[in-house]
Amino acid sequence: MNDRQTHDYAALVVRSLNIRYADGHEAVKDMSCVFPRQGVTAIIGPSGCGKSTALRAFNRMNELIPGTETTGEVIFGGRNIYGADMDPVRIRRHIGMVFQKPNPFPKSVYENIAWAARIHGFKGGMDALVESSLRKAALWEEVKDKLKKSALSLSGGQQQRLCIARTLALEPEIILMDEPTSALDPISTSRIEDLIADLKKDFTILIVTHNMQQAGRISDMTAFMLMGELVEFAPTKRLFVHPEDERTERYITGRFG
Amino acid sequence: MGAFDHDEGYRLRVRKNAAFTWLVLLPSLLVLAILAVIVLTVFLKGVKALNPRFFLETQKPFGDPGGGIANGIVGSVMVLGIAALVSVPLSILAALHLVEKSSSFLSTLLRLVVDSLQGIPSIVIGVVIYAWMVVSLGSFSAFSGGIALALIMIPTVTTSIQEVLLLVPASYMEAAISLGVPRWRASLGILLPAAKSGILNGVGLGIARISGETAPLLFTAFGNPFMNLNAAKPTGAIPLIIYEYIKSPYADWHEKAWGAALILVAFVFALNMAVGARKTDKSR
Repeated sequence: MNDRQTHDYAALVVRSLNIRYADGHEAVKDMSCVFPRQGVTAIIGPSGCGKSTALRAFNRMNELIPGTETTGEVIFGGRNIYGADMDPVRIRRHIGMVFQKPNPFPKSVYENIAWAARIHGFKGGMDALVESSLRKAALWEEVKDKLKKSALSLSGGQQQRLCIARTLALEPEIILMDEPTSALDPISTSRIEDLIADLKKDFTILIVTHNMQQAGRISDMTAFMLMGELVEFAPTKRLFVHPEDERTERYITGRFG
Repeated sequence: MGAFDHDEGYRLRVRKNAAFTWLVLLPSLLVLAILAVIVLTVFLKGVKALNPRFFLETQKPFGDPGGGIANGIVGSVMVLGIAALVSVPLSILAALHLVEKSSSFLSTLLRLVVDSLQGIPSIVIGVVIYAWMVVSLGSFSAFSGGIALALIMIPTVTTSIQEVLLLVPASYMEAAISLGVPRWRASLGILLPAAKSGILNGVGLGIARISGETAPLLFTAFGNPFMNLNAAKPTGAIPLIIYEYIKSPYADWHEKAWGAALILVAFVFALNMAVGARKTDKSR
């Protein structure tokens, strides 16, 4: 594959990514891979394997933790997001993030979506943007009568879909999801999974999950990480049915982790 | 043999427990009693001075009938207002810096300044403001009084705002940052509004704290027996009137001093209760 083809195929290209925390712990070791455009890529692995750290490296969120050192390259849109001239604030506008625990702002449902859009200079009709974002997040019908109510009055699952809607409003190219359903009940979880299946047509979704069944259900590609190392990266079906690496097989058959 | 047969020490334990309970309770009651005596004294002595003219008229020379502390009430509102206007924005920005850049050199310096400012006797602050402002502007003024009180208010309010900002869940800021919003916009748009209620409480307590300060006003606001609405002119204040009246030899002025003290205490109580009500309201 030449560079041009890589660019068309890849949403993110990761080259020799190393992340070390202030305490010296190497959370991610020499990770290299190509995340395809569109579709859902799951990153799985046991607790502490570095999957969340890697995910947070893709929109430079690790920089909020003082003393974190990141080396290597993450190419997005033809440029290294760790390049000297790159402003993390601009990157995050295009690579959104959904967190483990729903974290809507303590503002109204409406403002949760409008606030960032306004700061980014959104000029169109705000009402229309709020509605379309909430529709895309399959939340509109449930909240259309309580747009002025505090987002904190919504249920956990609704809050998480609001967080997704908040990200969608900025029309990012990539959405990073860090165990987005681990704090939710099974019904809310399945609604989020349906939503992800729907969103993957328009967005590239990278999802970290500790739940292998979830990875199997929703992802097209799966990356397996272990102790900071990317062990195997393959189409989900192949990774689960015919893992190439012995460690992957041991993990997915539940023999450790 | 019954299960309770070996409990010889039981009675003694009950007595010890009761004794300790009283040991803790008595000092608390004592403190409560002291507060009650103070409030009651101020009330009983001050209530005699209260009538509509006391609120509506300005100070009168001794011997003239009537007279009130309207000039002091208006002056206090002016001086406290100036103090709040100056100190609150500064305190909010300082607290934001302390929270957002807690390990910076400036934060270390700021903490040192806030701590030492808190330890400076208020009369010294009054003298310093006299030297800085009153001398250079050529007049005592509500403005210099307000600045002196602001300097006393800044450390307490900065500290309390810093504490409420630290209580805001980090996940709010994380979410804001992840949306590609510059940090300063996230601080102003998410962090401060999330802490709004706590900030208001801190400001309320800060104003309550300085509303009775007299020493810093002696050579700054100075006092003024007439109604004054010009912030650049000498201005009366309730604590200054209390100070002036209580050291006079006249019974009538003593009574007015108690009346002024009652108004001051009522104001501080009302502020504290408003803050308390907001707090319980929030914890619901």
